[in-house]
Amino acid sequence: MTLEEIGQTIEAEVLTGQDRLRDEVAVGCAADLMSDVLAFARSDAILLTGLANRQVIYTADVAGISAVCIIRGKKPDQPTVELARQKGQVLMTTRLPMFVCCGRLFAKGLPGLGYLDISKGDGDR
Amino acid sequence: MATDRSYTKIQELTYELKVRDAMVGNVATVSPGQPIRDLRDLMRKRRISGAPVVENGRVVGVISIEDYIKCLAQGEMDVPVAERMTGRVETLYADEPLVHAVRKFDQYGFGRFPVVERDSRELVGIITKGNIIRCLLRKLEIEYREEEIHQYRASHIFEDIVADRTNLVLKYDIAGGDFDRAGESASRLKKALHRLGIEPGVLRRIAIAAFEAEMNVIVFTDGGQLAASVCSERVTVTATDSGPGIADIEQAMQPSFSTAPDWVRELGFGAGMGLCNIKNCTDAMNLASEVGRGTTLEAVVYLGRGKAGMEPEAADARA
Repeated sequence: MTLEEIGQTIEAEVLTGQDRLRDEVAVGCAADLMSDVLAFARSDAILLTGLANRQVIYTADVAGISAVCIIRGKKPDQPTVELARQKGQVLMTTRLPMFVCCGRLFAKGLPGLGYLDISKGDGDR
Repeated sequence: MATDRSYTKIQELTYELKVRDAMVGNVATVSPGQPIRDLRDLMRKRRISGAPVVENGRVVGVISIEDYIKCLAQGEMDVPVAERMTGRVETLYADEPLVHAVRKFDQYGFGRFPVVERDSRELVGIITKGNIIRCLLRKLEIEYREEEIHQYRASHIFEDIVADRTNLVLKYDIAGGDFDRAGESASRLKKALHRLGIEPGVLRRIAIAAFEAEMNVIVFTDGGQLAASVCSERVTVTATDSGPGIADIEQAMQPSFSTAPDWVRELGFGAGMGLCNIKNCTDAMNLASEVGRGTTLEAVVYLGRGKAGMEPEAADARA
């Protein structure tokens, strides 16, 4: 699914990376715990999160994720938006809550990460 | 997407480059009083299809091969250039961005524009669409080569520097409690290792370990250092601090065990997964700590193969 379709599906406003909206993502990843993102996320994922701080951007950068959507109407501050721009990430926000975002995207065919077991090192990809 | 990006690059270059960069200097000119027949030799010898008409250093018109052909057809070879030239001349300034030239070509449909200095109005060159294209291609080629040389130098450091063992150490200072910048060091380390040519899958594991290690130093200590020691077969990430130390390492290693304060949890960390994450994404991990003295965490990732105990192919298949 392209980032543009995702943005339309969850009524998101794009803050950075407008030129990359035709990029494809393969899976969705929804988490507020950044350690879980680091453990499980894939670089072809979009990260949906309720956090709106710079660590979200750093986490995405380190995990190789290049698209982040901040949910439930939270607005990242200017340094966070600037950091996302610097790291070349697509940053969006939506007023929709997490459950609705995930539901709409799943219904449109964007899959999740599947069953993962940290004790088996599933995060290591 | 590649075409989109190069399009943007061209646009960027047309703003960055000046008309002066693309124009051709040493312009062949004619004077208004010269007969049309003089054009024949000029155009043939200089292989040009038009020339500015100059009087006292100022451009007063442009005469082209089309004008010449018309005169030839009507047997007007002795008419002065001034009577057949295009008199209302559009010129470009040498210091204008190239994008102005591009727009002017679109607007007027002319084949060439004389280029003059903004202050003196003196003719300094001439520009055609071909000149613009050549200039852009040249610039793109130079930038591409620079990038290639750049990449080559960094990623071949281990082959180029002759020694029995080469070990590159990258160090980053971490300020304790500085949550705003938490992640900055790991992010910078990732960028540096990428420049050294480390393969993306391996790079990601190193970066994740470094990120969690950095987070621990920021959350629990007054500050410390993150270091990555790179040699041809492995990267060793070391996080050291002089902070409170860990009383029970075995307990600290348990998934979900955490002593992190609530403010850390609110920021998306502190769920007791950090050390597990480091262990899971590296090939070897060692944690040494003394209460009151500090902690040293060392994690090793081997280059050029998957996680320890896993066949490289199997690791690739999961990527």
